[in-house]
Amino acid sequence: MMVFQLADPPVDTPEVVWSALAPILALAIGAVVLIMFRSIVKRLPADVEASATAAIGPVTVLAMWFVGGFVGDDVPLSGVRDDIGEPLFYVGLIALLVVAAAFVRSMRIGFDAAVTVGVGLVAFVATVELWNDSFRSTALTADEVLAGITSSGGPVAAIGNQYGIDGFALVFTGVIALAVVLTALLLDNYLRREGIDGPEIYVLMMLSAAGGVVMAGANDLIVLFLGLETLSIAVYVMAAMHSRRSESLESGLKYFMLGAFSSAFLLYGMALIYGATGSLNLLEIRAYLDRVIILDNAMLLAGFALLLVGFGFKVAAVPFHSWTPDVYQGAPTPVVAFMASAVKAAGFAALVRVFYLAFLDYRDDWQPAIYALAVLTLVVGAVMAIVQRDAKRMLAYSSISHAGFILVGVQAATDRGVAAVVFYIAGYTFMVVGSFGVLSIVSGRGDRGTGLDDLDGLAARNPVLAFTLTLFLLGQAGVPLTSGFVAKFEVIGAAVDARSFWLAVVAMVSAVVSAFLYLRIVLSVYLGTAADDDREPIVVHPTAALAVGVALVLTIGFGVVPGPIDQLAGDAVLALVG
Amino acid sequence: MDVTTDWYLVLSAILFAIGAVGVLVRRNPLVMFMCIELMLNAVNITFVALGAELNDVGGQIAVFFVLVVAAVEVVVGLALVVAINRRRLGATADDVSVLRG
Repeated sequence: MMVFQLADPPVDTPEVVWSALAPILALAIGAVVLIMFRSIVKRLPADVEASATAAIGPVTVLAMWFVGGFVGDDVPLSGVRDDIGEPLFYVGLIALLVVAAAFVRSMRIGFDAAVTVGVGLVAFVATVELWNDSFRSTALTADEVLAGITSSGGPVAAIGNQYGIDGFALVFTGVIALAVVLTALLLDNYLRREGIDGPEIYVLMMLSAAGGVVMAGANDLIVLFLGLETLSIAVYVMAAMHSRRSESLESGLKYFMLGAFSSAFLLYGMALIYGATGSLNLLEIRAYLDRVIILDNAMLLAGFALLLVGFGFKVAAVPFHSWTPDVYQGAPTPVVAFMASAVKAAGFAALVRVFYLAFLDYRDDWQPAIYALAVLTLVVGAVMAIVQRDAKRMLAYSSISHAGFILVGVQAATDRGVAAVVFYIAGYTFMVVGSFGVLSIVSGRGDRGTGLDDLDGLAARNPVLAFTLTLFLLGQAGVPLTSGFVAKFEVIGAAVDARSFWLAVVAMVSAVVSAFLYLRIVLSVYLGTAADDDREPIVVHPTAALAVGVALVLTIGFGVVPGPIDQLAGDAVLALVG
Repeated sequence: MDVTTDWYLVLSAILFAIGAVGVLVRRNPLVMFMCIELMLNAVNITFVALGAELNDVGGQIAVFFVLVVAAVEVVVGLALVVAINRRRLGATADDVSVLRG
């Protein structure tokens, strides 16, 4: 008789720091629990559903408190508790829970959307706690120093040397979590208007966001690839989610085809990097490149090129941008908001992480390629946007041109460049969510009203929405007192610092050209006269108003008081830990 | 004549190129899927060959992840094709062209 026996302990199991994984776990577990619950309980009676939805408010507050205490050094608000005494504190907490329930009820939000918003907020709180514990080193106040608080935890290796939390990854995690919250608020309004129900799109969005968070902190090319695919595959389905509109299905198929095509290039690049350096781990690749001068480095350079092609597709850099206008025009508008914010942020996080962190020694080889990509992306994005007749297509090209600005920061390949990239993404995310949020509200049933002609006379139909859209567009154009201005200033400053003067000139000219296209939309909003006035009135649901309002406050806030975000971007240092 | 690692790398480069050209020139979504699969499997050959050359198990492990991801992609892609066919848009990529500009 044969006896099979495992050699004991066959492999070293890596040490897992669960608290550092809290944002990913919150998003992934939230998604799985929601889909399981909804597949068991298809539909609740209306009054039970309303009560359950209202209960999500207090549950979210408690979950934020609990997760914050689990992740952070101390329970959140414990300072307040010590100041005002326990009885008063718990009375206040209960009052807060009641207020949360009343607030959720007053928003008339759907159950699935409420769960998604809650999960996004929990992930965001976990991110903030991780940040406060580990990375806020330069922003301690005098009181905190006296109290002996040191927040010098620094980067954490979460799963062996495969996944690490550093300041850079945490900022992107926070941005993605907030994008989930805002998109869920917009989706609630959209799905109700289009008569689509079911939790699938929220579940996919949470899973996609979990993939994006994995990408932002991956220290291994295979982990990065898995995160990228989790992110992308969920978004392909989200784009095709409005299955009664052929435009939506078409955009889903196009996105899928080109996304899978680009993944293959990315993967081939990873294989060649593996062949040239002998490892897929970013730490080991970096150590190898530090130690060894590769004389015959054709394989390494081909790997760089293929990786750039793959990332170029994901972040929509010219000449790999051809899918963007079609997909943005056809996909449901709130999904476009998610694609333009979270997906693009995760793509840039991975690009910067791999090239700036692992391949820094070879920057003379990859900088020129990114230089060329940046110039092409800036020029083509701005020029092609002008000739469009559809607002969504126009904003798609404008998002391509924004990718060009971010590439300007990447090209600098300095710490200042990375900080500029972080600032740009943090600001851009909220501008783009707000812009597409307003478009989603005004375009009406079936997303029909996204042509420029349909925006004519918007100011007469709804002055508040018209003014909000104007502010977002001015922000995207880079007008002072918005986050767009500071962001553009930072990336161009970083480019000048890195002595890429011509690139800075191209970026400034492109900013002027694209200002023209934003003003064109603003002109048609204010001066255009509507062709007919029998269009359905614009309905602004409170959830959508909340999402757009939050995005507007952040856009203007980052522009008027850029200091804290600047500080944050400066602290968001990349690190390899393992 | 020895079959060295270079032979495998050349083979996989040729397969990858055939797949990439196929995605660009063929119009049937199903054939385009197959071409993407061909590209991914070409990458798998690269990983295995390089793993054997480097005497490192990492290359072989990567192949498992790639296989799983490829299977997942096919599931989603075929579901999209089925959804489009239900809408009677036709199954060639040229018929799917409402969006242009």
